[in-house]
Amino acid sequence: MSNSILWTPLAFGLVGLFLPKKAVGWWAVLGTVVTLGLAIAVAIGFDTGSSAMQYAVDEPWISGLGVDYSLGIDGLNLFLILLTSVLWVGGVAFAAFREQERPKTFYFLMLVAETATLGSFLAQDLLLFVLFFDLMLVPFYFLFGAWGHDRSGEGGLTASAATTKMIVYTLIGSLLMLVAAIATGVLAAGGGPITFSIAALGEHGLSHGSQQWIFWFFVAAFLVKMPAFLLHGWMPDAYRAAPLPALAVFSGVLAKVGAYGFLRVVLPLFPDATVEFQEVVLVIALASILYGSVMAFTQTNVRLIAGYSSVAQLGFITAGIFALQADGADGAVLQMVNHGLVVAPLFVIVAILAERTGSEDIREMGGMALRAPVLAALFLVVALATLAMPGSANFVGEFYILNGLFQAKIVFAFIAITGVAMSAYYALRLYQQTMHNRPPSVQNQGLLSREIGVRDGLVLVPLVLCIVGLALYPQLILERTAPTVDKQVARVRGGETPSARLASMSPKELKELVTGVAPNETRDWEPTLIEEP
Amino acid sequence: VNFHEPHIDYAGLAPIIALTVGICLVLLSAVFKPFRRSAPAMTTTTLLATAGLLIGQWDDPKNLVTGALRLDDLAISISLIAILTAFVCVLLSIREKATEETGSGEYHALLLGSVLGMVLLAQATNLVSFFVALETLSIPLYILCAANMRREGSLESGLKYLIVGSIGSATLLYGMAFLYGGTGATNFAGIAEGIARNGLDGDPLILIGIAMATVGLAFKTSIAPFHQWTPDVYQGAPTPITAFMAVATKAAAFAVFLRFFDVALGSQADTWQPALATLAAISIVVGNVGALGQDSLKRLLGYSGIAQAGYMLGGVVVLSSSGIGSLVFYLAAYAFMNLGAFAVIVARERETVFGDDIRAVRGLGAERPLLAWPLTISMLALAGLPATAGFIGKLYLIEALVEGDYTWLAVFIAVGTMISLAYYLRVVAAMWMSPEGETVPGGTPVIAGASPEADPVDPEAGRRWYIAGPALLASAATVFFGVIPQPLVDFASHAGASIFG
Repeated sequence: MSNSILWTPLAFGLVGLFLPKKAVGWWAVLGTVVTLGLAIAVAIGFDTGSSAMQYAVDEPWISGLGVDYSLGIDGLNLFLILLTSVLWVGGVAFAAFREQERPKTFYFLMLVAETATLGSFLAQDLLLFVLFFDLMLVPFYFLFGAWGHDRSGEGGLTASAATTKMIVYTLIGSLLMLVAAIATGVLAAGGGPITFSIAALGEHGLSHGSQQWIFWFFVAAFLVKMPAFLLHGWMPDAYRAAPLPALAVFSGVLAKVGAYGFLRVVLPLFPDATVEFQEVVLVIALASILYGSVMAFTQTNVRLIAGYSSVAQLGFITAGIFALQADGADGAVLQMVNHGLVVAPLFVIVAILAERTGSEDIREMGGMALRAPVLAALFLVVALATLAMPGSANFVGEFYILNGLFQAKIVFAFIAITGVAMSAYYALRLYQQTMHNRPPSVQNQGLLSREIGVRDGLVLVPLVLCIVGLALYPQLILERTAPTVDKQVARVRGGETPSARLASMSPKELKELVTGVAPNETRDWEPTLIEEP
Repeated sequence: VNFHEPHIDYAGLAPIIALTVGICLVLLSAVFKPFRRSAPAMTTTTLLATAGLLIGQWDDPKNLVTGALRLDDLAISISLIAILTAFVCVLLSIREKATEETGSGEYHALLLGSVLGMVLLAQATNLVSFFVALETLSIPLYILCAANMRREGSLESGLKYLIVGSIGSATLLYGMAFLYGGTGATNFAGIAEGIARNGLDGDPLILIGIAMATVGLAFKTSIAPFHQWTPDVYQGAPTPITAFMAVATKAAAFAVFLRFFDVALGSQADTWQPALATLAAISIVVGNVGALGQDSLKRLLGYSGIAQAGYMLGGVVVLSSSGIGSLVFYLAAYAFMNLGAFAVIVARERETVFGDDIRAVRGLGAERPLLAWPLTISMLALAGLPATAGFIGKLYLIEALVEGDYTWLAVFIAVGTMISLAYYLRVVAAMWMSPEGETVPGGTPVIAGASPEADPVDPEAGRRWYIAGPALLASAATVFFGVIPQPLVDFASHAGASIFG
């Protein structure tokens, strides 16, 4: 099942290269829908209470080098996989409703990107993870560069310069991560057979000294990807250059891979360094929140407002993870999904607005709500979710994050709270300027806005429904992710000996540990646990 | 008088004999009119026969000519890489101006001569056979570089290569003299023994010998700071020859690099390991920084070759089986990546008037996807992006380096790769992201030292099988071994095991 989810988009992409130009867009949509179907099937069959790896695939890939092809789904990545497949349906469908230049290559790259992204979520081998993590960049490099917008006339960069800047920035991180990943495997093996299995590496701890530098190589890679404050230099140019369908999925999902990497790789593999550098990372996270929010206040380009708000949101997620408390990490995972669901429709709306006003500057927009109440209503839902209105799933996510942060570092929590307040300002500013007010510039005075059509509605409404659905029932995510996430965090909290871990296990988990059978598997004999008197 | 007929292992010598016979026949074909056009076919046959004879002896190591040569899996794998490259070079040379100017028979005979040198060099385990093989490899190349006789750049390239190459050889020979003087032995095992027997650990005599031999070999493998000839020679030489030089010479020189340092000087590892690691690091920086501003694709690949040689030198530094394996893997991957790129450059040289200037590939993505994809894949692979053999090659190398406690060099490779992205991606961007309608055939040619009539434009060159074929196959192999690397890893680790048990 993991295999089919991973390779379905690529298979559709390859076949698409041989189809006529008109059909290829819808073929790509079909590919993403099939992938989504598979992802939903996985989610339905998922065993809720377990923290074990499910749907695992484990084959040797390069046996001489100890690299395995191993995939698996647990509470940590289940919803990120769903998020990926949902957003890709939206992004590709949005593109399919419009004319694209060189459509075959465009959709091929979009689908390659989906496979690469799903791969980085599914991979349970450290090197396989690094491979997919780097591979994600390649299709986006081409998508941004060849289908992007030239901003050299507006004081920006050409599309190819912007995309090169992005890839150089992000690969700086990921290449160092490659070295660090290999070092992790080699050092943990200590002369024995090398393995890169993340689960196995979590068992043998690295020495404190090696953890210190390896930790930073990984963290740098993930922070660039997010992007975090001081490492975000590629973001404004790339965001301005990118074609919007690609940007929606890029911003919605790729940034989360970095945050996911913290939970999947950094916390379990480098627990000592995580504790040691917890405050440093928290400072970076808070700086991202403050800087991102302030920049989002002042920007007038809609893309950049969304981009900088992502910096702030990802800062929140990082802070939640590095609170090193179960609550914070649970909230972080929920918030990853929430933010993806919020930012992707935001970019779709940006595209729709830009089509109507011919501009991406909020000073040139306004008064839209009068003519397009449905669009405005949809936008309002998105905007309220962005500012984490009570009642939205984002509120729950932020609440959990702050709760975790309060338990861990109360000073940091107080600073982070200001971020919540600031998000209200930039989200409402964005909404007001585009939807309310009068269009300020003279040439837009007689602006004839229109309601969104059925086609855009088909893309936007399901995404907004996801937001609403999650707002009504965030437990859907929390109860499935919590067991795994708590386990990842518990490894770091230190002082937890194996016996303490046993004591804290639920009977179900204990049974799983003793019998080695995940609860969703069946056996012809049923082991029983003897209760202690 | 009693004659002891020496034992001659004809099976082991068969590849060398086949090549030698092939050279004579190809050269003779130039004399006999009916055979004049058959030089490429005869060359190909010779190469295939040699490859067949080599593969037949896979996994059957033997010492030849009283231990002057050793035919083991390392030698075979390196020879196969050289033969593959020569084969592609033959294909790319079809209708090449240089072939006609030099005479097809002579051109191909020289090419085979160089291959002979490489096959010998890969087997050399003796200072004498080492040096003879190196010269057999080099001298035909000096001539081939100048094969485009009516082009100033080509002549300059040949002359430059001759002078620099001779200095390299002389230095190497001088270093060998020191080693012989110290140990009284010419074969590698004997040198190792002599160092131990005479108590020459860290002796100045040996150290000077090692240093001079290193410099000589660094000239041949274009490792900085002995690399200055590389970009000029690469740019001036006929492009098929550049491709051959870039890949095959490097492979053969690294083979002897491995044997010389790992077998003869293994006991002195403490002295040469840091030195080679430093050279590797310098190479990585110089090559990658040098390539940044290059507009000529051949110069760009020349500088990139310097950097890549630095990466590969890491495989020598660690002195381990996985080091050799990673080096052989990287060389094989390097062959695929470079051959794909050079095939496209050859095509564009003949199709446009821009020669090997980066303008020749502008807008190629929209116009000629079948040419653009191979070059794109080559560039991405050289940059070490995943799903290409280049990524696996780097992975293998870095793993060997970390295991050998040279993690800092691994970090250097990562840093070098980052710099390299800037110029590899520039080529990719030119193909896919330049505004359309910028490729105008016509205008004035800009190739250094060329006159327009020297390079007739053949707008169909990139569609011909002998150019499109190698380009597509090389890039297919690059991707294939990036996704399913196991066969190539097995091949390489076999070679690695041939020195370290």
